[in-house]
Amino acid sequence: MKVIKEKHPLVMRWTHWVNFPILTIMIWSGMLIYWANDEYSITLFGHTYVRFFPDWYYNWLHIPQRLAEGMAFHFLFMWFFALNGFFYVLYTIISGEWRQLVPNKHSFKEAWLVLLHDLHIRKTAPPQDKYNAAQRIAYTAIIIMGFGSLVTGLAIYKPVQFNWLCWLCGGYHLARIWHFVLTIGYVLFFLVHIVQVILAGWNNFRSVISGFEVVNEQPQPVIESNNEDEKA
Amino acid sequence: MKKPEKELTTEQKIKRRNFISFTLFGAYAAAAYGGWRWLYKSPDETAGVTAGAHKPLRKALNKTELFFRRLTFNENHLVKTYPREMAAKKIRHNSDIGSEGKLPPDNWKLQVKKANGETLQITLDELMKLPKTEITYDFKCVEGWDQISHWEGVSFRDFIKHYNLDTEAKMGYVGLETPDKQYYVGIDMPSAIHPQTLLAYQMNDELLNGNHGQPLRLIIPVKYGIKNLKRIGTITFSNNRPRDYWAEQGYDYYSGL
Repeated sequence: MKVIKEKHPLVMRWTHWVNFPILTIMIWSGMLIYWANDEYSITLFGHTYVRFFPDWYYNWLHIPQRLAEGMAFHFLFMWFFALNGFFYVLYTIISGEWRQLVPNKHSFKEAWLVLLHDLHIRKTAPPQDKYNAAQRIAYTAIIIMGFGSLVTGLAIYKPVQFNWLCWLCGGYHLARIWHFVLTIGYVLFFLVHIVQVILAGWNNFRSVISGFEVVNEQPQPVIESNNEDEKA
Repeated sequence: MKKPEKELTTEQKIKRRNFISFTLFGAYAAAAYGGWRWLYKSPDETAGVTAGAHKPLRKALNKTELFFRRLTFNENHLVKTYPREMAAKKIRHNSDIGSEGKLPPDNWKLQVKKANGETLQITLDELMKLPKTEITYDFKCVEGWDQISHWEGVSFRDFIKHYNLDTEAKMGYVGLETPDKQYYVGIDMPSAIHPQTLLAYQMNDELLNGNHGQPLRLIIPVKYGIKNLKRIGTITFSNNRPRDYWAEQGYDYYSGL
């Protein structure tokens, strides 16, 4: 029998879909800014594996020579990014939803089993609540990363007035590197997230828009009893 | 006649809720896309003291400036300083619009336009007799690079005091321009009289050379490099924002750190 099972609360769905375009704009405008001093690469033993970013990439996305525009967009949408994130965290704490989200003491062990299961190495996955162990870790990490972007961003934005934040980030240079690395982190998260959403299927995807999943439940046989004691 | 209320079947409930939520989702997505197109294609501001930014974005920059000025700016928030040995020997040179080449010091005098209409003419020798302030700090460029560098000169505060510019210091802004008026900046007064703001004539152990604003430049550690005007020709005071080279090209007027 088909049953509606509530999954995602309205606030979670809204903040999720509000965050998506905002983060996209933040990453794009961030690239317009980064271009003006694009000094990062992954270099090991003198060999550069990845350069952030190659010219063809910049040209493809029309990034060059737009620093002022990038800053103007970045410093407007930072407000929405921060407020939306703040609202989500506040809701998650007050509603008690955090219990479903934050990793518990089993999560770190179980996350490996989930990973092995997802990679088809292991047949069974550990039992889960709303989110499995890997999801708990990933979705909590992404919130901490968002907070990290805010802090490192403020440290780069006002390194004098927020000099204590700058110090906390390990200085101006390191704050800029963290800010960049976190962004790469979002992109990697996004890629895995999309693959997982596709694999999880329609029912799961719909729940982030409609809020519910449809599950098949076996009707429970009703046992008649006249004895009150037995019922207890 | 009223239809009797009938309990919806699960199938109907699913359909109804899907319909409502996907319609809202579609409307939201369309609104978000429309809002973005509106902003992205919004016209540039009318060119004035600032120019070159989308009108709504300029408004946001100015509002954000006020927010951070009120919330965080404090003259006791000092820029981190470093031991002098850490200063770069070769100081990075990005641009010298308005200060190209050398200027014979005999041909230069700092012009300070006072509120009463009088203009002070100050030679480099006079400035060098005032108390000297040194700073080794991390110079930050709006492009994203930074460099620890060492500067010596007269603190703007001492300068104000020595030339009795107290009336002028009560005004909102300081405007600085190169002698040829090709480069110009406007600085809000709280940043100008920040204790670490210098009229610098020396970097490391040398007098400023042609690349770095010979003979006198602004060193204002609470601002990005774009505000650190090289080769000061005139200093003016006003309550309105003075014109600013990079603010005319879409950058934030405040550009404070």
